[in-house]
Amino acid sequence: MSTAIEAETAPDAGVRELSYAQALQEAMAIAMEADSRVFLMGEDIGVYGGAFQVTGDLVHRFGEDRVMDTPISELGGAGVAVGAAMAGMRPIYEFQFSDFATLAMEQIVNQAAKIRYMLGGSVSVPLVMRFPAGSGTGAAAQHSQSLEAWLAHVPGLKVVQPSTPHDAKGLLLAAIEDPDPVMIFEHKLLYKMKGPVPEGHYTVPIGKAEIRRPGRDVTIVANAIMVHRALEAAERLAARGIEAEVIDLRSLRPIDTATIIDSVKRTSRLICVYEGVKTLGIGAEISATIAESDAFDYLDCPIVRLGGAECPLPYNPELEKAAVPQTDTIFAAVSDMLANRI
Amino acid sequence: MSISGSPVQTVAPQFDNRPRIYGRLSKPQLHDALRKMILIRRFEESAEEAYMRGLIHGTMHLSIGQEASAVGSCLPLDDRDYITSTHRGHGHCIAKGAEVNRMFAEFFGKEDGYCKGRGGSMHIADPTRGNLGANGIVGGGIPIAVGAALAAKKQGRDSVVIAFFGDGANNEGAFHEGLNMASIWKLPVIFVCENNNYGMSTSTERSTAVRDVATRAAAYAMPGVVVDGNRLADVADASFEAVERARRGLGPTLIENKTYRIRGHSRSDRNRYRTKEEIASWQARDPILQLEAELTEFGLLTSDEANALRASVETEIAEAIEFAKTSPSPHVENLTRDVYSN
Ligand SMILES: Cc1ncc(C[n+]2csc(CCOP(=O)(O)OP(=O)(O)O)c2C)c(N)n1
Ligand SMILES: [Mg+2]
Repeated sequence: MSTAIEAETAPDAGVRELSYAQALQEAMAIAMEADSRVFLMGEDIGVYGGAFQVTGDLVHRFGEDRVMDTPISELGGAGVAVGAAMAGMRPIYEFQFSDFATLAMEQIVNQAAKIRYMLGGSVSVPLVMRFPAGSGTGAAAQHSQSLEAWLAHVPGLKVVQPSTPHDAKGLLLAAIEDPDPVMIFEHKLLYKMKGPVPEGHYTVPIGKAEIRRPGRDVTIVANAIMVHRALEAAERLAARGIEAEVIDLRSLRPIDTATIIDSVKRTSRLICVYEGVKTLGIGAEISATIAESDAFDYLDCPIVRLGGAECPLPYNPELEKAAVPQTDTIFAAVSDMLANRI
Repeated sequence: MSISGSPVQTVAPQFDNRPRIYGRLSKPQLHDALRKMILIRRFEESAEEAYMRGLIHGTMHLSIGQEASAVGSCLPLDDRDYITSTHRGHGHCIAKGAEVNRMFAEFFGKEDGYCKGRGGSMHIADPTRGNLGANGIVGGGIPIAVGAALAAKKQGRDSVVIAFFGDGANNEGAFHEGLNMASIWKLPVIFVCENNNYGMSTSTERSTAVRDVATRAAAYAMPGVVVDGNRLADVADASFEAVERARRGLGPTLIENKTYRIRGHSRSDRNRYRTKEEIASWQARDPILQLEAELTEFGLLTSDEANALRASVETEIAEAIEFAKTSPSPHVENLTRDVYSN
């Protein structure tokens, strides 16, 4: 287990600094080189390079047959990906914004997720869907949501959420190689973030959380951009003598309960930080995991959830900031929690 | 132009060589239409400038070059009528009577904005004047328009509804489902497709199986009309005819205004999918300059009158920006206000 985000990559491999978007693009290129079944579908992913420039110039390398611009038809496009996967291809379908998953829920939830089970295991649906998600860009209510918990609620889907360029590449490669439908949520504010990424092929296991920072006083479980805010808060807390352990969830389904339970047993305190709406979200699942486990007896104080506000995402930048946990919010919550520690 | 017969018709000039609109509207009404087009243009240019100076955040979609479609389509409407609009909706909004001061206030994220700073450019609405809202979801407004028409019919009102949408939207299920329902229930809806030849980077040639979106009307047994969307008179003639038909209870019409967006899709577009020459060829057909020339030719506008219109638009824009700047910002305590009615 590594202790810092940078230390995670093997020191020997050719490691460069890549942005999160470049890391995703590299994963797709590697998969397309290695496997002729892999192809990309999505809106404006060809010559435009994707709304967030993730596919970039892949169309020039692989041609329009393998980097397919679709019409604006999310339901149909998702269904075409399902059918192609059932018939032997390995499609990667890009949603221009994760919010548009709502238009394709039928194919994702009723078809992709259930086909294998419903048909008695006789066929699999090896597809990947990519979802640019999250707030912070001033794009307002219909372009800023964090719907990962929706899809994580559906057995048959796997849901991952990388927070670093390293994991973006490794989890996407793992997703492409997985025999079942994998949904990958990419936070829009992370696309330009740079970090070390090994050259060549590697995977990050689906279903494994990662401890980004060890600490004895409190466990902070976070996902996506919240991992970075939690790490910033942890730095500031350390200056006050509070050592927070930060767990990067990385996978929502399957969820790595063992790492969380083990951590809480050591720290006796738990805060869940996530951008999706607080109520009935990821935090509820993690809290219940602890309540149902032997870690419950170790708790020194009530669990705290910091999640998105109970409203659509507003346009005004001050309101938008207030609608999701920020570094200050996390810092204050941990400080409060530990204010009267014995 | 006749209503029945072949599904696609082209608006033909009257025998006196002037579009019908010149017999229908008075000189002040024509001046008002021209002024609205100029107001839309200057509103968007000023918003673009404010965005570049960092006064507005998020993104915006400009309809520069498409003003004739917005203004001409709305000419037959009054406050009893409705529209649903799109992400590229500033023109529709102004054409339906919105005040630019409250629109700017919305862009600036202020309480005096049409959405009290919660919605931004993509969600401006003015239900008091029948503007049921722009939309962040491509095709999202189409069935909503059908619903408003259903309500009007059920309540015995003679309101009509215009659903604006782009060429890209005609490949969403919402388009096809919406047109079919409007047709089977003979609802007073005018579907106005603003075909600017691209959905983001994807040309209609690459996205749409038919050359003219209007031919799709045949599948839903309603008239389909192809119009020069850069000529106000043609747009207005087609809209008047469809509105009258709808008011008489004869059901929906699909109008396709062929036009062009001069600016990029949004602030981040690098125009890789089209040529400078193509853009220039459409700039040469600027709808505002064309209308000015036409009015002048018909002896309906002097250069003094044109200058006076432009000057009054400048004053209105300057005052609106001032209004927006001084409008109060929302309070963070009100973050979750208006999620529910009570
Ligand atoms: C359901 C949905 N899919 C994709 C998008 C992203 N998007 C916004 S505008 C746009 C292009 C729309 O094209 P068109 O309907 O022709 O309208 P135009 O932008 O040309 O006015 C796309 C793909 C969206 N907002 N909603
Ligand atoms: Mg278009």
